[in-house]
Amino acid sequence: MTATPDVQRKMQRTAVACAGLVVGMVGLAYASVPLYDLFCKVTGFGGTPIARAENGSQVLDRTIAVRFDANVAPGLSWRFSPETPEIKVRLGETTTVLYKVTNTSDKPATGIATYNVQPDLAGTYFSKLECFCFTEQTLQPGETLESAVVFYVDPRLAQDPDVKDLSSITLSYTYFPSKGGQPVAEATSSTRTTTQ
Amino acid sequence: MAHAADAAHADHHDTPTFWRRWFYSTNHKDIGTLYLIFGFTAGIVGGLLSIAMRLELQDPGLQWFANPQAYNVFVTGHGLIMVFFMVMPTLIGGFGNWFIPIMIGAPDMAFPRMNNISFWLTVSAFALMLCSLFVEGAPGSLGFGGGWTVYPPLSTTGHPGPALDFGILALHLAGAASILGAINFITTILNMRAPGMTLHKMPLFAWAMLVTAFLLLLSLPVLAGAITMLLTDRNFGTTFFEPSGGGDPVLYQHLFWFFGHPEVYIMILPAFGIVSHIISTFSRKPIFGYLGMAYAMVAIGVVGFVVWAHHMYTVGLSLQTQAYFVFATMVIAVPTGVKIFSWLATMWGGSIRFTAAMYWSVGFIFLFTVGGVTGVVLANAPVDRYMHDTYYVVAHFHYVLSLGAVFIIFAGMYYWFPKITGYIMPEWIGKLHFWVAFIGSNVLFFPMHFLGLSGMPRRYADYPDAFAGWNLVSSIGGYIFFAGLFIFIFGVVYAFVRKEQAGANPWGEGATTLEWTLSSPPPYHQFETLPRIADTGH
Repeated sequence: MTATPDVQRKMQRTAVACAGLVVGMVGLAYASVPLYDLFCKVTGFGGTPIARAENGSQVLDRTIAVRFDANVAPGLSWRFSPETPEIKVRLGETTTVLYKVTNTSDKPATGIATYNVQPDLAGTYFSKLECFCFTEQTLQPGETLESAVVFYVDPRLAQDPDVKDLSSITLSYTYFPSKGGQPVAEATSSTRTTTQ
Repeated sequence: MAHAADAAHADHHDTPTFWRRWFYSTNHKDIGTLYLIFGFTAGIVGGLLSIAMRLELQDPGLQWFANPQAYNVFVTGHGLIMVFFMVMPTLIGGFGNWFIPIMIGAPDMAFPRMNNISFWLTVSAFALMLCSLFVEGAPGSLGFGGGWTVYPPLSTTGHPGPALDFGILALHLAGAASILGAINFITTILNMRAPGMTLHKMPLFAWAMLVTAFLLLLSLPVLAGAITMLLTDRNFGTTFFEPSGGGDPVLYQHLFWFFGHPEVYIMILPAFGIVSHIISTFSRKPIFGYLGMAYAMVAIGVVGFVVWAHHMYTVGLSLQTQAYFVFATMVIAVPTGVKIFSWLATMWGGSIRFTAAMYWSVGFIFLFTVGGVTGVVLANAPVDRYMHDTYYVVAHFHYVLSLGAVFIIFAGMYYWFPKITGYIMPEWIGKLHFWVAFIGSNVLFFPMHFLGLSGMPRRYADYPDAFAGWNLVSSIGGYIFFAGLFIFIFGVVYAFVRKEQAGANPWGEGATTLEWTLSSPPPYHQFETLPRIADTGH
């Protein structure tokens, strides 16, 4: 090959620019994780309920049913249920609901709860003032814990053409065994002993 | 990279020994040949997997697979092998390496040694992919069976065995190989064109490869990122896609399809380039609307990056978001239409010769249009709710890929066979192969539209008796299509035995690109003095 030094320099510049593009795109892929998370929290996209400090909205006359769902992921031998399966609330009204969780195994175990709202599009309007989520919870054998969810349904729901005719919203909680570290191993081994 | 370029200078000018020539190869034509052989071999493996699937689906019930999970492993293997180890190596690595430097009047690729690395990384990736089929995936069974999309949580918590880890590493290597190849193509095309060949005089195949290389560069790193997150979620306790740690599996789908949608254009754009040359050659006319054709490919590439969520209509996107993706997806039909009609306009009034390559190209235009039309149907979010993950989708993407990209792989083989080997293959062989493949593939994939419309879901080894009839027809088509491969293999062997020499240009005056100015096969090093491109034609 008889590439002149000039052409060589140009080729190197092109190749370096391309490599930069590749590195940039990998960076973007990773940046998408916090960005997507932020996006979901801000917009309520994908059923992410919005956490708010206080309820500053007006209470409307329109009511909506809020259903409560509780699940325990495999690997955790806990009993988990809301105090009531469904309540009717007015839009904008602040409501408190208790969830009860009991460790039915004979070993202490650590779990972590996550939540979701169905339908996804209602996530934007489901505002939580207080909740138990993403905090690790260790329960001794037989121990029972009551946790409160304080929420209101944003009255702006009545103006969103996608969801204004909605008659019910479901708030779903799931307890997962906590990932990593000693508690998980104990949690899984305790499940095994109880299922045997 | 400077090192790679310097090393190229040290290249010997005599023909090296067999081992040096084929294993340390830095010659773009030799690497192209290696890619073509590799792609064909991988295609046979992927094809055998699909034959096993068709055998299983021929009748209701489980006949060949004791375990439906094993069937899903075959489905996954078929998809990944065909995409990453058959279509991409053949079209990009094979034809791209062979003809891009020649068509733009360059002596070789910009970084010949990097070219060699790309090829052997692809081979290593294929070896890892094959390993993945033989190690434990889901508890108690071998291989990964979660589909080529590798969605979590099935891929994170559903397959604790190492099979998917092998798969992820295979994709990493194949991705790295493609990225290096893409950098090589971009550098070559932007800097090494012969004097007088401006971008707007460059052959359309070179345009196609340029756009493809940029798509690879922008999309593959995102896949690499996504599957790395998957890997760490699986093995190192991260929770990118794990709801228990605040992650979201839907994020994986966004990342995957941000890669996945451009990927389908990566597979078809080189084919668009090749078909343009074949149609032009055998219509004995320059391609109709050259600039429109070039920029249609650029437009397809650009718009291809903003339509990804049409694969995700069922994940709960808001109505407005869905409306946007419906619209953006349909916009792609416009540049695609420009291409289809420009091919027809090239043929219109041309002095058409129906050679084997032309048969395959015209067949491609018809079949790709069928696949494009079902694509527009599926682009509608409400229709897609009904068709999502049914055989209608399978029929759609096989019409554009298995009948689109694969038909052009064979068209390219029959078109460039004399140039690559120096031997003439009798035309009747390619034509017979065409008719067998055309009938076989349509019998194979057309009934899948009916199956999908009546609700048969993808990725199941068994189905209710109501779907039995069309599945039997489909399986028979599959066997016919596969049998056609033997005609191709016979043709290659026959041509090598017969040794009828091809001249520099066996196709006559319609063949205007630079490869036809060289002997067949071209000299080991071409263009010691660079060709000068006149002001007319391209």
